[in-house]
This record gives sequence, structure tokens and C-alpha cells, in this order.
Amino acid sequence: MLALAGVVLLVTGVVMAFYWVPMAPGEGFRQRIFYIHVPVALTAYACFAWGAWKALRLLWKREERYDLESYTAVHMGTIFGVLTLVTGSIWARTSWGVWWSWGDRQLVLFLILFLFYCAYFMLRYAVEPGPRRERLSAVYALLGVVLIPVSFLAIRLAESLIHPTVFTRDVNENLTSSQLGTFIVCLAGTLCLAGALYQIELTGKRLDRQLRELRRALA
Amino acid sequence: MTYLQDVAVLTRKDLLLELRARETVPAMLLFVVSALVVFHFVVPSDLSEETERIVSGGLLWVAIVLTAILGLTRAFAAERDEGLLDGLVMAPCDRSAIWLAKTLSVIAFLLLAEIIALPAFALFFTSVDAATVGAVLLANVGIAAVGSLLAAIAAASRTRELLLPLLFLPLAIPIVVGGVGATAADDPSRYLWFLGLYDAIFAIISWASFEYVVTE
Amino acid sequence: MTSAEKYATAAYAVVLAVVLLYVVLYAFKLSRLQREVAELAELAARRKADTDAGEPDREPERVA
Repeated sequence: MLALAGVVLLVTGVVMAFYWVPMAPGEGFRQRIFYIHVPVALTAYACFAWGAWKALRLLWKREERYDLESYTAVHMGTIFGVLTLVTGSIWARTSWGVWWSWGDRQLVLFLILFLFYCAYFMLRYAVEPGPRRERLSAVYALLGVVLIPVSFLAIRLAESLIHPTVFTRDVNENLTSSQLGTFIVCLAGTLCLAGALYQIELTGKRLDRQLRELRRALA
Repeated sequence: MTYLQDVAVLTRKDLLLELRARETVPAMLLFVVSALVVFHFVVPSDLSEETERIVSGGLLWVAIVLTAILGLTRAFAAERDEGLLDGLVMAPCDRSAIWLAKTLSVIAFLLLAEIIALPAFALFFTSVDAATVGAVLLANVGIAAVGSLLAAIAAASRTRELLLPLLFLPLAIPIVVGGVGATAADDPSRYLWFLGLYDAIFAIISWASFEYVVTE
Repeated sequence: MTSAEKYATAAYAVVLAVVLLYVVLYAFKLSRLQREVAELAELAARRKADTDAGEPDREPERVA
């Protein structure tokens, strides 16, 4: 099952990241944060995309289950988004000595997305449960996924204007095969982890709903 | 009635309502000028010309976005208060026509506010060039397009006026980037193109999804 | 441990911590769900005992 695959892959990946992969020239040990930071970021994107896909299905088919699936996916995406921000911040700290860098495009993008999806939850809490809320959430989730590339473009454009201190990492652009291998294992592991957590949370939410209906039926 | 006729009727209704009530636009006018005055106290005077252009340009756009939020909060207020939104929705017109009409009226309100805001800015800070005006016009479309959709979403919630800024600001970030870039950069064309791209993308998506937001 | 190693480990540790926190929160949720199910089961049993034998139990609605 996904959880098992996730655990195996992630543990292998972490071991590989710490012990097996040779030291990256110029960067040293801290480069290894790459193997958890980037997979987590990519997983967050995947979750948001999944949430938007489910949202699209909801608007199209109007089946109730898509709402829970979309909501859970967005929730997962937000959690992994926060993890991206935290690991990114740690990486910034160890690379450049600062806890935050406006020059790190991915970090800034995730900050914007974090704000956006926090508003998603505020929206959900502010509307009574029902088909209305489902549709509003779905439309907003779609807006979010469109915002991702647009914001990234905006951040790039802004750089030439406000000149944030763009630190560069001494990263060798082409990954060696061992680095690539470690990265893929970690990415697969993180995706499986997200998938497993997604299923757990979805089941929990569905149980919640079924219980509520049961209670109403018995009352 | 054709689609465009529906849009024209609805837009006219909004504009006439505002003409009679005279609530939203005067508030926006006063707000934007007040904001600019407040901002004056934030900008130090001993900046290099380039820095000053960026800083004051940035503040202009902050003022525009905040004023837009003020106006947008009122966008569906009348319909909501009088329970007219249900009536509009039941009308035999394409729901997206409501969105288009609302967008056009918001653009009108923004233009009215900017007719005062831009000269005020030129007076208080630095001169306004063609690129800035172009950016403002382009941004109006983007703000109104996304804002109308979000205003309808917020109108359906319990927290309304609280929710709209939260929904709007992350989406407004690219507009601000485009606007400040066009105002302050040496080569504004990139930023104007970006604003146009933003407008196109979000106008289409708002137009297409408005129906789902407004139906019960 | 060098400082670089400490930071790198911290990054991975944070991910682990968040996942474990999630598990803990879900454990709480599961025990709450368990309690609710037990409650509802008792309610259903009582209902069945109170009403006549002939009345059929309501089928809980199926959720897709």
C-alpha cells in the first residue's frame, strides 16, 4: 500500500541522501537539504494540481465526493507548502546565513501560495456547508493553480526591478547519476507519503460525514 | 435579448445606481488621496532618482489596490442587501453577463478614482508618464475581472468584507509587480505585456467560472 | 557535527516531526470517531429495543 511504499522509499532516500551520495563539490553537506526540500516542494505543487483537478471534476460532474477530495488535496498541499517554506528557510540559513531571502524565487512563490491557500480555508469556514460552498471552493482552487505560473513570472519580473540580493548556490547544474538517483527516490517517497496522508485524511473526513448522517438518521 | 444587450442593461443599472447613491466613488476618491498623503510621510526625501521612482511608484500601486478593494467590497453589496442576486440569477440571461457587467462598472469606478488619483500622485510625488497610464488602464481590467469574481464569492460568505481582501491580495501581487514595473522600469514594455497576459488569463477564467459561483 | 550537518539534519527532522504530528492528531481523531461510533451503536441498540420488533432499522446513507 502507499504508506508502506512511502516509508520504504523515504527511508531509503534519506539514507541515500545522508550516507551514499558523494559530497557535492563546493557546497558541502548542506547541499543534502536539496533532497528533501525540492521533493517536498514538487509534492506540494502536485497536491495543489490534484486539488484543482478534483475541483474541475466537481464543477463538471457535480458529484459530492469531489469536494472532499479537492479539499483534502488542498490541505495536503498547504501542509507540504509549509514544509517547503521551513526547509527552504533552513537551507537559506545554512547557505547564506539568513533565515529568509527574497531572491529565492521558489521560496517567495510558496509564500504567495501559502497566503492564497490560507484564504481558501478562511473561505471554507465562512460559508455554510453545502453545494454552494463546494462550488466556491472549487472555483477558488482552480484560481490557485492558475496563479502558480503567473506568480512565478511576476516574481521573475520583479527581480529586475527591486534587485533583491539573489544569492546563488554553487550547484552543479547537471546532477550526477547518484545525485539524480537519490533525488528520484526521495521524490517518489515524498509523493507516496503525501498520497498516504491524503487517503488517511480523506477516509477520516468521509467517516466524519457518515457518522453525522447516521446520527441524524437515528436522532 | 442578446448577450451584449444583457450586459449593457446590467452595466447601466450599476452605473445609474451609483450615480444616484453617490456612495462608492466619492469614498474611493477620498481614500486614494488620503492614502497618498499618508504615504508621503513614509518616503524619505534623500533618495536617488531611480529609487524614488520605484518607491513612489510602488506606493501609487498600493494605493490603487487598496482603493480597488474598497470599491469591490461594495460591488455586490446592493444586490446582496436587497436580495437581488437571486433575481438576477433567475433572469433569463447568461450568468457570465452579470460578471461582465459588474467588471465594466468596477472599471468605470476605478477610472473615476484614477482621474483624481493620478494627478494627485503627480502633484505629491513624481510625474506620471504614458507607461504608467497604460499600466493603470490594463491593471483596471485585471483588478475588475478577478475582483468581481471574488466579490461574488465573498458575498456568499458570512464574513464578506473581511474575506474579500484576503482572497484578493495574493491575486493582486502580479498586478502590483506589473504596475510598479511599468511605472519605474526603464523598459516598461515587458511589464505591460505581463499585465495584458494577466488580464487575458484571469478574465477568461473569471468569465467561465462566474456561473458556478453565483448559482444556488 | 559541523553546523552544515546540523542544519541539514534539522531540515529532515522538521519533515519527520510534522508527519508524526499529523499522525498524533489523527490518532486523536480516530479515538473520537471510535467514541462516536460506540455512542451511535448504543443509540441504535436502544432504539431497536424500544420500538416494536417489526420496525426496520434505517439504512445509513451510502457515501460514494
